[in-house]
Amino acid sequence: MQSVDRLLDDRTPGVEHEESTANVLSYTTGLGLAVLLTVASFVVAQTNLLWPPGIPVGLIVLAFAQIGVHLVFFLHLGSGPDHTNNILALAFGVLIVFLVIVGSIWIIANLNWNMMEMPH
Amino acid sequence: MLGRLSWAAIPLDQPLPLYAMGVVGIVILVVLGIVTVKGWWPYLWREWITSVDHKRIGVMYVILGLVMLLRGYSDAIMMRTQQAIAVGDAQGYLPPDHYDQIFSAHGTIMIFFVAMPLVIGLMNFVVPLQLGVRDVAFPTLNSVSFWLTATGSLLINVSLVIGSFSRASWWGYPPLSELAFSPDEGVDYYLWSLQISGIGTLLTGVNFVTTILKLRAPGMLYFRMPVFCWTALAANMLIVAAFPVLTATFAMLLLDRYLGMHFFTNEAGGNQMMYANLFWAWGHPEVYILVLPAFGVFSEVAATFSGKGLFSYRSMVWATLGICILSFMVWLHHFFTMGAGADVNSVFGIMSSIIAVPTGAKVFNWLFTVFRGRIVFTTPILFLIGFMITFVLGGLTGVLLAVPPVDFVLHNSAFLVAHFHHVIIGGVVFGALAGINYWFPKAFGFTLDEGWGKASFWCWLIGFYLAFMPLYVLGLMGMTRRLQHISDPSWQPLLLVAEAGAIVIFLGILCQIVQLYVSIRTRESRRDLTGDPWNARTLEWATSSPPPAYNFAVLPSVETIDAFWEMKRKGLAAAEPAYQAIEMPRNSPIGIVIAFFAFFVGFSLIWQIWWIAILGLLAIAITILVFGWSEDREREIPASQIARMERARLGLGRPA
Amino acid sequence: MTIATVDFVPTELARGRGGGGPAPTRTVVAYGFWIFLLSDFVLFSGLFAAYAVLSDNTAGGPTGAELFNLRSVFIETMCLLFSSYACGLGALSAERRRLGHFYISAVFTFGLGAAFLCIEISEFAGMVSKGDGPSRSAFLSAFFTLVGTHGAHVTAGLIWFIYMVAQVAAKGFRPHVLRRHLCFSLFWHALDIVWVGVFTLVYLMGAR
Repeated sequence: MQSVDRLLDDRTPGVEHEESTANVLSYTTGLGLAVLLTVASFVVAQTNLLWPPGIPVGLIVLAFAQIGVHLVFFLHLGSGPDHTNNILALAFGVLIVFLVIVGSIWIIANLNWNMMEMPH
Repeated sequence: MLGRLSWAAIPLDQPLPLYAMGVVGIVILVVLGIVTVKGWWPYLWREWITSVDHKRIGVMYVILGLVMLLRGYSDAIMMRTQQAIAVGDAQGYLPPDHYDQIFSAHGTIMIFFVAMPLVIGLMNFVVPLQLGVRDVAFPTLNSVSFWLTATGSLLINVSLVIGSFSRASWWGYPPLSELAFSPDEGVDYYLWSLQISGIGTLLTGVNFVTTILKLRAPGMLYFRMPVFCWTALAANMLIVAAFPVLTATFAMLLLDRYLGMHFFTNEAGGNQMMYANLFWAWGHPEVYILVLPAFGVFSEVAATFSGKGLFSYRSMVWATLGICILSFMVWLHHFFTMGAGADVNSVFGIMSSIIAVPTGAKVFNWLFTVFRGRIVFTTPILFLIGFMITFVLGGLTGVLLAVPPVDFVLHNSAFLVAHFHHVIIGGVVFGALAGINYWFPKAFGFTLDEGWGKASFWCWLIGFYLAFMPLYVLGLMGMTRRLQHISDPSWQPLLLVAEAGAIVIFLGILCQIVQLYVSIRTRESRRDLTGDPWNARTLEWATSSPPPAYNFAVLPSVETIDAFWEMKRKGLAAAEPAYQAIEMPRNSPIGIVIAFFAFFVGFSLIWQIWWIAILGLLAIAITILVFGWSEDREREIPASQIARMERARLGLGRPA
Repeated sequence: MTIATVDFVPTELARGRGGGGPAPTRTVVAYGFWIFLLSDFVLFSGLFAAYAVLSDNTAGGPTGAELFNLRSVFIETMCLLFSSYACGLGALSAERRRLGHFYISAVFTFGLGAAFLCIEISEFAGMVSKGDGPSRSAFLSAFFTLVGTHGAHVTAGLIWFIYMVAQVAAKGFRPHVLRRHLCFSLFWHALDIVWVGVFTLVYLMGAR
């Protein structure tokens, strides 16, 4: 039954599977990358290494990269067919988060401008 | 000691709510008395209250929804009557303060405690059976979800008698809903009852997404699932995606009211438009959460009562998923007039028009399903025909409103009220009633009386048009919504027609009650002995009526769409399968226990009795920790017992 | 619940097309929890949206640049990140049934998480004591609620974690204990993901 279970089993995030790369090396790589990206974010935010008007974009890119590191190295999210459900769920979640945050910012900025709402 | 609760909270000087609660109180006492005298408590506790069986929970949801329909409808007929008589010099019988509470309660109850429970109840009962499995992914969580919803509905009913309800409509827009303008407990009743039931709903969403994606009978590929399961999946995905936004929004309003924060206040930088924005970011997906399962019901009904498979299954699935995604991209159409520029308004206007396209595709699919079918005119298919006409008309008025310049004239007018009742009654209510008539025999083992069912359909249909067509005209004449007094006497004739419609709908509800009574009295003549009274196509009809606790002794092996139709076509296996012992989850009181404490947490937070709130939260935490430590939460049904039950079932005339 | 016994299911039915019958309990539980976490991300997105919209509404009070101490934010971030790492190692130990390693990683998971909370609470307390609490301005309401909700999740996580370790100690690495530990690991990593959003959008962008 063990082999049939493996045959039938979709992968789930975070679950260790014997033939997956879930091991100390994967976690440590993830940690190292995350530390690097965090340090990079703080440096970008506080120095002029990046062209100043581009700093927000740079920070967002670094944040997405770090979130990706977490998803891949800590949550073992992959791209194979067994991960389809997980990736689709994540994609749906990301879409909703994007719509709520970006949608709200766009709408409220538009409303504030048209209704002459001053920051106060 | 008791916060701001005092004897003054009981409205002794306001006869209407007191009489209403008096009547309800007497009914409740009589029911409890009968149950006690007949010794039904152990049965009720064991078989229903602590049940984690999706079939039982589904029935309880539907009962909750139908009972709350009576409360919500009383609010409706009170408003209609007030508007019909309070014209010109007449002041009517409802002072503005009451009227405001009534329209707020009407909307809140109908959306959250009638439509949601009806739809969730149908999904609960049907989805695991249609998927060919034994229960949902998390049965105990399912029970918690139901009881939390019941707590929410209890809180809102208590507001009738202890204190008052919100006067800020079913949206609760600030600044009206902020402390400065609603200092009393009304808005808190609204917020806490919805936060508590919202947790239950969110857990339902998680439960059903997991069930539909991870628990299906062997061989049931995604594109072999019944369409009702696809619409249930889409609706539950929307629950998971939208309800957290509502939770966050209400939490921010609660923080403003309780901790003096400034998210939406007039001073210190609050932005009221953000509330409306976030509320509707939930609010629009919510109406699709309600209507998608109704669409699913109609897909099943259309196929079954035409004797044909659903036309173009694949496009139905893609249309459903399309509606699911698009429903999250239109929410600004609820506040076109709030001041956004033409760019924002036109983007959302166009998106709102686009979402009509997959909906239209579904309508064509239903039409082509019944086209050249051998139609059996039962109550469910009458509701289907009524739905197709009514929902399409209502949807057309929606497409009108989706055009921003038109909406500038009609926003928050009676036209809008007519539109959303048009689609909600034509879509959700008709769908729920069709579903109840369709699946009742599966749940209880006998069909409902057809005559009274058809009578209730005609009353609902005629009553709806009488009640709401005048509102379209009135909206175009300039009448706004939520009016406690009508100053223009030329509106009265139309309002009287609307009142007549409300009375006809009330007759429809009475017909439903009579239908239940008559059906139970004469149930032996309409017993469903085969489990398949409609000659249907999907797997739930492959079980006995009602199904055994474990649904299927052996999970069916699925090879096509409409798996049961295929099984009937091929003829069922002659040899008896080898029965194995089945493990089912044990009953659990944790649902009602958590809900019990949650009621006190909610009530005490509303009345600011902090010590009870803290104790209640601690009690909930301890309950969860104790429950989490328990072992042995499954019971085994031995193979011999299953064999006995299955042989008895097959011996009752089911083709072997 | 028993799933059906299946002797053989063709591979094309199983992988990715969903024809393999009901999934094993561990998969079902983990996926359900993943969906719950996604709903939690949506909850945070509502709070992030409110913060983004209200972050300029300081009502004459202090701005982020005046309030935020980026050094302590960096230390907090490292604490939570390393706590997440320790949690991952703990999950590996649980899979391999190494009780001693599990307890060691549990100490670090909890300790570093608690350190994060201590720094955050002292930051909040400092601000409140100077009169810059959440009722001072819309910006501060949004800040305290967003960051505070994350902190409340961390607190709940730590309480849950103690309970989990107690269950491991009392019952050992039984299947349902392992399933719950898996859910906790998912939760803990997800909180770190939300924190990436918080320190980027609130602290780093706000301090400019």
